[in-house]
Amino acid sequence: MAITVRNLTKYYGQEKAIDDISFDVKTGEILGFLGPNGAGKTTTMKIITCYMPPSKGTVDVDGHTIADHSLEVRRKIGYLPELNPLYLDMNVVEYLEYAARLHGIDKATLKRQLASMIEVCGLKEVRHKDIGELSKGYKQRVGLAQAMIHDPEVLILDEPTSGLDPNQIVEIRNLIRQLGRAKTVILSTHILSEVQATCDRVIIVNDGAIVADGTPEELQQKFRGSESIAIELRAQVANPMAEIFPKLKALSSVESVEYGGGENGCHRFSLFAAKGSDIREEIFRQAVQERWVLLELTRKVTSLEEVFHKLTKL
Amino acid sequence: MDFKRSLTNVGTIFQKELRSYFNSAVAYVVIVVFLAIVGWFHSNALFLANTASLRLMFELVPIVFMFIIPAVTMRLLSEEKKSGTIELLTTKPLIDVEIVLGKFLAAWALVGVSLLLTLVYYFTIAALGDIDSGPVFGGYFGLMLMAGIYVAMGLFASSLTDNQVIAFIVGFVLVFLFFMLDKVLLYVPEGLTSIVEFLSVDYHFSNIARGVVDSRDVLYFLSLLGFTLYLSVLSLERRKW
Ligand SMILES: Nc1ncnc2c1ncn2[C@@H]1O[C@H](COP(=O)(O)OP(=O)(O)OP(=O)(O)O)[C@@H](O)[C@H]1O
Ligand SMILES: [Mg+2]
Repeated sequence: MAITVRNLTKYYGQEKAIDDISFDVKTGEILGFLGPNGAGKTTTMKIITCYMPPSKGTVDVDGHTIADHSLEVRRKIGYLPELNPLYLDMNVVEYLEYAARLHGIDKATLKRQLASMIEVCGLKEVRHKDIGELSKGYKQRVGLAQAMIHDPEVLILDEPTSGLDPNQIVEIRNLIRQLGRAKTVILSTHILSEVQATCDRVIIVNDGAIVADGTPEELQQKFRGSESIAIELRAQVANPMAEIFPKLKALSSVESVEYGGGENGCHRFSLFAAKGSDIREEIFRQAVQERWVLLELTRKVTSLEEVFHKLTKL
Repeated sequence: MDFKRSLTNVGTIFQKELRSYFNSAVAYVVIVVFLAIVGWFHSNALFLANTASLRLMFELVPIVFMFIIPAVTMRLLSEEKKSGTIELLTTKPLIDVEIVLGKFLAAWALVGVSLLLTLVYYFTIAALGDIDSGPVFGGYFGLMLMAGIYVAMGLFASSLTDNQVIAFIVGFVLVFLFFMLDKVLLYVPEGLTSIVEFLSVDYHFSNIARGVVDSRDVLYFLSLLGFTLYLSVLSLERRKW
């Protein structure tokens, strides 16, 4: 179930929330929608799920456009809105049945799906409780179960793990991965590790526009700047800036060096090398030659977090 | 549009709303209020002439409606807006008309059933002595139509805001306006009186309550009902503007 998003633009009054967003999601892909607050993630999702139309642009879900076949599109989508709104006065089973009926599921399928969702989402013990009495994590599970009750081919989840404790985050993530295997999933998040843990592909949005699109690895590759290496060494020198610094700087592929301070004869430096070069060996030889004791040598790979910071700071 | 599917959708929402009235005890309060007020009234009026008691009764119930109905309808849409569940509802494969109709029918059914329960009193009177059943059924029929209009107005008020108190007040004001129209005829400019009178709910109600069901009165109720429901649909679609 492929999704094609083309030139989406949305104005709230005068304010432009998203600006000419285009992307594709392939069948079976889990796409992470990453971006700072106010980037336009929720707005994009609300448009795809037919909650509101875009000011410009189109979305096509498996050959059905949101403008012309809104009902068809909505039939195929399971949606967990931001903040997971729920009917607090209904009990879990009542609520899931209601959601299923609104999707026009027949009785037999409903029964089967209900049992399967209660099983998969771990709702067995709470199934006759009012939703208002459930803990946040259980509410989140109910929200997910609701989104998947009609076994949709597309899942759209707006911050599915927000406000959960770390254990529950891992649980819900596994659930999404497990259920997402056969589905096309778009999920939004602020949490970078979540994208790395769950998504096949990431789109980073900032200020209403897409600033990066690729697998987590690709993005790390692409936005890797100069290689940076942190070292700590022990050397009995009076002035490290005069006696060590120039020697590190003189190494052939080193572009710049920063002194990170030190005490008791231990000194820390950060070395930046040209892209694609490995200077660890050079550093080691130099240290041996100068009789420095190399206490630590760490290569820092650009994390997705840094990519994110780079792309989204204004 | 698939009519059968629409019917199922309206039914699903109707059921859910009705259940929610009973879960939250709103339903019991409404039923008890009707039975209590009408019952108290009857215990006083039982010894009066039947015709007089009927007329009084049909003046009293509209006033009860004016307070009860906006209270019954106030949460129908405003609560969904406040809690965000409106987003769940409107992203299901439903059209907005089905949502409005389902909710309207649930509230109307609740008020209608509470009203019909008060017929019990009439059956006791009828058992005790002679009673002309024509005006009774005419009156109840008129009250049902009136309740429908008021429920639609309350629902419209609820669609305007995410605040239930505001929904109640706006609903009350709308109902009050239409209730008052034929009572302020004296203050209306000469040329407008017939129009204002025609717009008034009470005017048509008293026609029907007399036992003569004129198609013009029924048409009035149906068109005002349709128009008000249509306004709710428009208001629900405001998110798309
Ligand atoms: N109903 C609204 N009316 C007016 N402006 C809105 C509305 N909803 C969102 N916006 C604006 O649109 C922009 C995008 O908001 P959106 O909710 O899509 O961001 P987001 O990426 O989901 O952010 P977050 O991570 O905080 O959830 C923001 O500048 C926001 O202020
Ligand atoms: Mg958001």
